[in-house]
Amino acid sequence: MVRFLLNRLLMLVPTFMGVTLASFAFIRLIPGDPVELLVGERGIDPARHAQLLHDLGFDRPLWEQYLGFLGNVLSGDLGKSIVTKQPVLDEFLTLFPATIELSVCALIIALVIGLPAGIVAGVRRGSAFDHSVMTVSLTGYSMPIFWSGLMLIILFSGILQWTPVSGRISALFWVEPVTGFMLIDSLLSDEKGSFASAASHLVLPSIVLATIPLAVIARQTRSAMLEVLSEDYVRTARAKGLSPFRVIGLHALRNALIPVVTVIGLQVGVLLAGAILTETIFSWPGVGKWLVDSIFRRDYPSVQSGLLLIASMVMLVNLFVDLLYGLINPRIRHAR
Amino acid sequence: MKRMHLAAAVGLAVSIGLATGAHAKTLVYCSEGSPEGFNPSLYTSGTTFDASSRNVFNRLVEFERGTTKIVPGLAESWDVSSDGLAYTFRLRKGVKFHTTKGFTPTRDFNADDVLYSFDRQRDPDHPYFKVSGGQYEYFNSMDMPNLIKAVEKVDDNTVKFVLNVPEAPFIANMGMDFASILSAEYADAMMKAGTPEKVDLDPVGTGPFQLVAYQKDSQIRFKAHPDYWAGKAKIDNLIFSITQDASVRYQKLKAGECHVMPYPNPADIEAMKNDSDINLLEQEGLNVGYLAFNTEKKPFTDKRVRQALNMAVNKQAIIDVVFQGAGKAATNPIPPTIWSYNGAVKDYPYDVAKAKKLLADAGVSGLKTNIWAMPVQRPYNPNARRMAELIQADWAKVGVEAEIVSFEWGEYLKRSKLGEHDTVLLGWTGDNGDPDNFLFVLLGCEAAKDSANRARWCHKPFDDLLVQAKRTADVAKRTKLYEEAQVVFKEEAPWITIAHSVVFKPVRKEVIDFKIDPFGGHVFYGVDIKG
Amino acid sequence: MVATAEVQHEELAAPAIHPLREFWFYFSENKGAVVGLFTVIAIVVMALSAHVLAPYSPIEQYRDHLLLPPAWQEGGSWAFFLGTDATGRDILSRIIHGSRYSLLVGLIVSTLSLSTGIAIGLIAASFRGVLEAVIMRMMDVILAIPSLLLALVIVAILGPSLENAMVAIAVVYLPHFVRLTRASAILELSKDYVTASRVAGAGRIRLMVVTVLPNCLGPLIVQATLGFSSAILDAAALGFLGMGAQPPTPEWGSMLADAREFILRAWWVVTFPGLAILIAVLAFNLMGDGLRDALDPKLRRS
Repeated sequence: MVRFLLNRLLMLVPTFMGVTLASFAFIRLIPGDPVELLVGERGIDPARHAQLLHDLGFDRPLWEQYLGFLGNVLSGDLGKSIVTKQPVLDEFLTLFPATIELSVCALIIALVIGLPAGIVAGVRRGSAFDHSVMTVSLTGYSMPIFWSGLMLIILFSGILQWTPVSGRISALFWVEPVTGFMLIDSLLSDEKGSFASAASHLVLPSIVLATIPLAVIARQTRSAMLEVLSEDYVRTARAKGLSPFRVIGLHALRNALIPVVTVIGLQVGVLLAGAILTETIFSWPGVGKWLVDSIFRRDYPSVQSGLLLIASMVMLVNLFVDLLYGLINPRIRHAR
Repeated sequence: MKRMHLAAAVGLAVSIGLATGAHAKTLVYCSEGSPEGFNPSLYTSGTTFDASSRNVFNRLVEFERGTTKIVPGLAESWDVSSDGLAYTFRLRKGVKFHTTKGFTPTRDFNADDVLYSFDRQRDPDHPYFKVSGGQYEYFNSMDMPNLIKAVEKVDDNTVKFVLNVPEAPFIANMGMDFASILSAEYADAMMKAGTPEKVDLDPVGTGPFQLVAYQKDSQIRFKAHPDYWAGKAKIDNLIFSITQDASVRYQKLKAGECHVMPYPNPADIEAMKNDSDINLLEQEGLNVGYLAFNTEKKPFTDKRVRQALNMAVNKQAIIDVVFQGAGKAATNPIPPTIWSYNGAVKDYPYDVAKAKKLLADAGVSGLKTNIWAMPVQRPYNPNARRMAELIQADWAKVGVEAEIVSFEWGEYLKRSKLGEHDTVLLGWTGDNGDPDNFLFVLLGCEAAKDSANRARWCHKPFDDLLVQAKRTADVAKRTKLYEEAQVVFKEEAPWITIAHSVVFKPVRKEVIDFKIDPFGGHVFYGVDIKG
Repeated sequence: MVATAEVQHEELAAPAIHPLREFWFYFSENKGAVVGLFTVIAIVVMALSAHVLAPYSPIEQYRDHLLLPPAWQEGGSWAFFLGTDATGRDILSRIIHGSRYSLLVGLIVSTLSLSTGIAIGLIAASFRGVLEAVIMRMMDVILAIPSLLLALVIVAILGPSLENAMVAIAVVYLPHFVRLTRASAILELSKDYVTASRVAGAGRIRLMVVTVLPNCLGPLIVQATLGFSSAILDAAALGFLGMGAQPPTPEWGSMLADAREFILRAWWVVTFPGLAILIAVLAFNLMGDGLRDALDPKLRRS
């Protein structure tokens, strides 16, 4: 197990280096001049322009800039935004909890509905329930969430006025950010009604973000169930006369969940990608929208470090899933 | 239901930092984005100014709310020396700075604060110069480093600015955002504490509101400054609820989640007019959208060609289609709201036949050229691409074939400054309400070489008028000179002046006395709310 | 957002006795797949004959008919069945023409990522060692960055347009094809028939392309069909973020982006393009599902 872990970690090193290179290169390949964008129509004279580029360090040779970036990253310094002049890490950390809160809620919705639906559909293969689960999940999987989000806003916020339009909490509440998670912070604060407000703001965006993971999880659970149910040991158990409940609960389910764990891990990347769209639609103050805004502003340090942080996050989650998979399925360890 | 919620909460004890009590009035403003920071001298965007200079800080002189008129601010009065080189400001006494979580002022505002605020931006050796990046681009782009020779403290309540050359718009410049006065005492304290950047994050000013809390992309909370020198603000709490999307802002306004919103969608204007809960304010903006000919390139060196292309454009169609009514056709390079606007100047008529004739006179036929259209929405041009398509079609009717070109915004600004275009769409929003700020900045000879003068047009008779006006403090004389300059401009036609946009500002019915700021800002001192 | 079709691919390669007939037998058992197939056919027909079917040009602006509601609603007109947008363009015509772009996106992205993916995957499989490691780590890098974010960055680099959006999406999908190709190729390489062929003197390229590749194609094709629908969805998302097709192109995603400001005022400009995306993507997914089921002997058996 230790060797397996070390092996996986070692493989991460070149990928991590690749990600630093990619995130460094990407923002510089995008045409545009960060200095011009800072001043707009007002313009800037060439000498001052050169001076600013120098101050920001963008006039150095690229390899030097890259090594500087790499060195700083390894020593924990992710640079300062050229727009706000604030440390990138600080900005990331104030916004990241919002993304996490949204993603976790979405994942919970996806699991709470997706897992049971998939299991039952798998057990009752061919039933009306199975067909509906398959149809609904395929529809969810095909859903342009940037559209369904708008539709839900029109319906629930516009016409029915059940949910707030956007944001994390009503502007009338001020919740001191302790953990950064609005649901928790609002419970900690002494403002009455702030938790209800935070929760009601979370409903629509997390449903929208949950759409695709929910569909994928339901479908994967179903097919994993089908596969396990056709295995010999399950048939044996059935033949032995065990009750269907015990067969499914004890034998099938545990094994069926193994591939599902991987799928759930893969959804983290999907959630982060979906967060970009969801955050844009619901004005959710998270890192997805922040990163897209930073790209448009050509904020080099924010983009390169932001991309790096998000990619590292995905890599770590994948590593974790791999390890978990290795733990619950010993065969994998030996196969590698 | 939402509205009741808001009303109830206004009466409730709201929050730790905010003023509370039975009559606490809270105004929520759905702002369009997060400020870059809270020190206005470091930034150039209106979003940042709304959250800092316009509500938290004061300047030596101020613009009367809703106008471009200059009134005393932290300076009670001022003199200009006869040679126009020295400006002496007598400072207001008894002005209190904010008391915040991190700072309690021990003295009133005085000359040291003025010196600190300007020296920090001027002097590369000032201990604060490099703090928070050290980029004072607004100060620089107004040419302040070359203009100001010295800032002297005459006594505790008198400050003298000495200039290198006489510059009549200087007083107006002192009312601009970068000229906001920060607390020197606070700066010293933070420097001693080893946290100088706090000055730019947790602002301490003399303005009507003080910052209580800020969370990026979410909200900014202010409370009224209890000891504000001009009297405490009528509202107790001011909340910026940051909402980037215009239709979402409108939703929130309708639902009563906010009281004032900036930058509505043109598409929603009609509905807002018909909404009984909303007052739709409107005012002509302090801006101009134009098409500049590159007068260094043939055939645009010939003024007949420029005039002809002026006549070939159907401006009214642009106003209808691109501005959807939220604009007025422009005749002069300055908007009518600015003093010295010359109403006697006649615009070129839309006249295809005459345009053709002029082109023939100039010996131009089968002209192939380009129109640069910017990729972004600006206050003076909601859709440059669409505007370019209309001009392209108009020019085709006089036999001029134009290709539409676009670049990424930063690239666009840079390349057009270097004169790579034949014709370019751009515009300008005024900084200080002085005609010099449009005419000299955009059309003067000094800017004609790789700078803001995108027409690269240097016309001696025109430029002489501007320079003369700059050197005169007498407003009546200056007015005459500028009026004349506008006549020369129209005859020479380096631009097609396209439009001045109209600014719309929807506010809820319960908001009292909100005024549109011609500079595009949002000022909440003097605003009240019913209930 | 590509679904991974890495499940049970070895079995897919097993040849059937009467492939086509058997395929249709299993495929037609799945009602959803048949519905999907017919919808896809309808979309293809719509795209091919858009200029005949569409009542108007998709970019012609009828300035007297701005934001007209659909025909059945009060104020609507049968002349503009689904209403008009803010500049007076007929929404029905735009949606019909939009099908061309969506099909094009699906087709080009799948072909591009499939062919490039196969090429790179085969290279990795045949030159084991450093080159393989470099390629696979590069794919890991691509996978580490959330797909839409990566696509967004690539489009920003190349400049916003539909063509560049297609390239960007193809790049994002690449790792799935490379990994799949490499894995199956390595598996095949260890089999006897390959060794036999090598002994018989087949060159490296010949060996990979003629001998190995055909036996890896099954799962790749399934993955490509899945990529087809994902590509339509992702291109629309890019269009929605303003980084896809540029106006006045009637691409569904950019139609939505254009329409966003009218969300409160004119529900129809927002609703129909989104529905079109949903229906098209769903149809392809239904069909792909049926395809996979019919090609997958294991699922059949149970």
